[in-house]
Amino acid sequence: MLLAAVVSLTVLGTVFGLLLGLAARYLKVEGNPLVAEIEQLLPGAQCGQCGFPGCSGAAQALADGNAPVTLCPPGGRAVVQALAAKLGVDADLSGVKDSVPMLAEVKEEICIGCTRCFKVCPTDAIMGAAQQIHSVFREACTACGKCEEVCPTESIKLQPIPVTLQSWHWHKPLVGEAV
Amino acid sequence: MKLFDLRGGVHPEGRKDLSAQRHIRTLPLPKKLYVPLQQHIGAPATPVVQIGDHVLKGQLIASAQGTVSSAIHAPTSGIVTALGDHVAPHPSGLPVPTITLESDGEDKWIARQVLDDPFALSAEDIAARVAAAGIVGLGGATFPAALKLNLSRSSGVQTLIMNGGECEPYLTCDDRIMRERAVQIVEGIRLIAAAVAAGEILVGIEDNKPEAIAAMQAAAQDTAVKIVVMPSMYPMGSEKQIIQVLTGREIPAGGRPADIGVLVHNVATAFAVQQAIRCGSPLLSRIVTVSGGAIRTPCNVEALVGTPVQELIDFADGYTQAAARLVLGGPMMGQQFTNTNVPVVKGTSGVLALTPEEIGQAEASPCIRCSTCVRACPVGLLPLEMAAHIRVADLSGAVALGLKDCIACGSCSYVCPAHIPLVHYFNYAKGDLAAQERAKLKQEATKKMANARNERMARIERERAEAAAKRKAAREAKERAAKEAAAKAATEAV
Repeated sequence: MLLAAVVSLTVLGTVFGLLLGLAARYLKVEGNPLVAEIEQLLPGAQCGQCGFPGCSGAAQALADGNAPVTLCPPGGRAVVQALAAKLGVDADLSGVKDSVPMLAEVKEEICIGCTRCFKVCPTDAIMGAAQQIHSVFREACTACGKCEEVCPTESIKLQPIPVTLQSWHWHKPLVGEAV
Repeated sequence: MKLFDLRGGVHPEGRKDLSAQRHIRTLPLPKKLYVPLQQHIGAPATPVVQIGDHVLKGQLIASAQGTVSSAIHAPTSGIVTALGDHVAPHPSGLPVPTITLESDGEDKWIARQVLDDPFALSAEDIAARVAAAGIVGLGGATFPAALKLNLSRSSGVQTLIMNGGECEPYLTCDDRIMRERAVQIVEGIRLIAAAVAAGEILVGIEDNKPEAIAAMQAAAQDTAVKIVVMPSMYPMGSEKQIIQVLTGREIPAGGRPADIGVLVHNVATAFAVQQAIRCGSPLLSRIVTVSGGAIRTPCNVEALVGTPVQELIDFADGYTQAAARLVLGGPMMGQQFTNTNVPVVKGTSGVLALTPEEIGQAEASPCIRCSTCVRACPVGLLPLEMAAHIRVADLSGAVALGLKDCIACGSCSYVCPAHIPLVHYFNYAKGDLAAQERAKLKQEATKKMANARNERMARIERERAEAAAKRKAAREAKERAAKEAAAKAATEAV
């Protein structure tokens, strides 16, 4: 009687152990799929302003819940809202500075054409060659600030984007608690 | 004709008697004209003149750029003195690219082609001439008129509605043009109808303009043009609302009138079309109502595009008191401005100087949820709910409630007993959403560039490694060969 119990339990244990082993091998999940989805939402400029090593590092931290959705300065409010929707959290937009969008601008008088800025630009937004004055493609600049850090003459700097008739819109009414 | 009911709407005090009995007078030729390159919806025009050029009245000075754009012509003869920034007729007061023209006082026209039988023209030809004349919608939206004609022809419009509603208080420019130039307007209407092959032509005029109705009825006798008298109500002169009242049909959300087979044009646009086709005159001037409690002699003037607004105010004998607010257009939907050096543009229907009593500004107090705004909304939205969402930065919540269908008529703000700036909330939210949309597009584009760069860097790295490996292999082969040769030489020597 005792032997029958020992044998049946051993057989059961072996069979389930094998099943689990097979499942672990053939139904394996490669990484967290959420990380890849979050990375899709991030700007992909790998600028490192969030403090993580590139956008994939930031995506990993976001998926693990170690970083707030407001971590990405070049993404602005649009990215915060997309991340909040993806992760199902409430976004605190009050701390996000989106009011003054910036762009890199070259001060041509002091640019020495060292090519350092265009080598680091993550979006190829700077045009230039050795001993030539560099300039910025405004449409491609994400204002990540990497160029500003490496410029030896402080010729390239982030400047607020001038408001035009196309980008101007009414400010929010200042009525406080009226509605 | 049976009229259909309009949802919502308000009845603001008309104040049209201030200027309605004043004949259209032509403004004396200004010394300097500031002609902005952007006077229409779409891309700004591209200048085709240089500083110092002498231009004739009606000469093309900036050509249309792209599909949605409009040409601009010299309003008088003179010399181009500057191509640069000038303050815009816009609440932002930002500088915009402007052609500055110093008039030579002769007002000399360029050669014009006068047509004896404009109805012999093909539909395409009419639209092309309207485009060449730089005509835009003069009701205020300033959409390029030729584009609207072409879109309507290709989508098969059956009904042409001419908007003579002029529901904004104070404004009487359309009223006066219909009284004084009805024959030309009717010819213009028939030309527009010919350009889009419309079967039914309706001219909607509010019943507070009996003289205009009589003049238009007389001019439209024995033509296919039908004058329809509509009740006076705001916003009757809005495109969506006039279609609803005259046809009973509603434009689907996010759609255009052409989707339900309708084309709407303003009556003043019809006059401009007639002038362009029959006389070959491009759009150089428009009728502007100068009115408001702070104006000494309210009047209607025909002003050249580019005339500084200050000259219009001086022509109306200046102010009786300091104006509390200056407005371009009507008081409900017009644009505030502060600098009277801004020019009259193609879309300027009025210049109003309002007194503190007229603007009736009061502190906003909390919403009591009386829903007066809901009853006033002509689109059937919930202004109080939308504003509450926008106030707590939940713009997507406001969009779900129909923010994008808001026509910004201001009826809700007008009736709100708590003086909440409802339409201001909606304008802010629409602007902010557009900015977010632009940011999203830019982000997608920069992401592509970042990926392309990463791939390129990886490729360069790989190629470099491959080249290094190749060099190493070559060096080793050479060394081996040298060694072998040395070994061979050694064995031979032995």
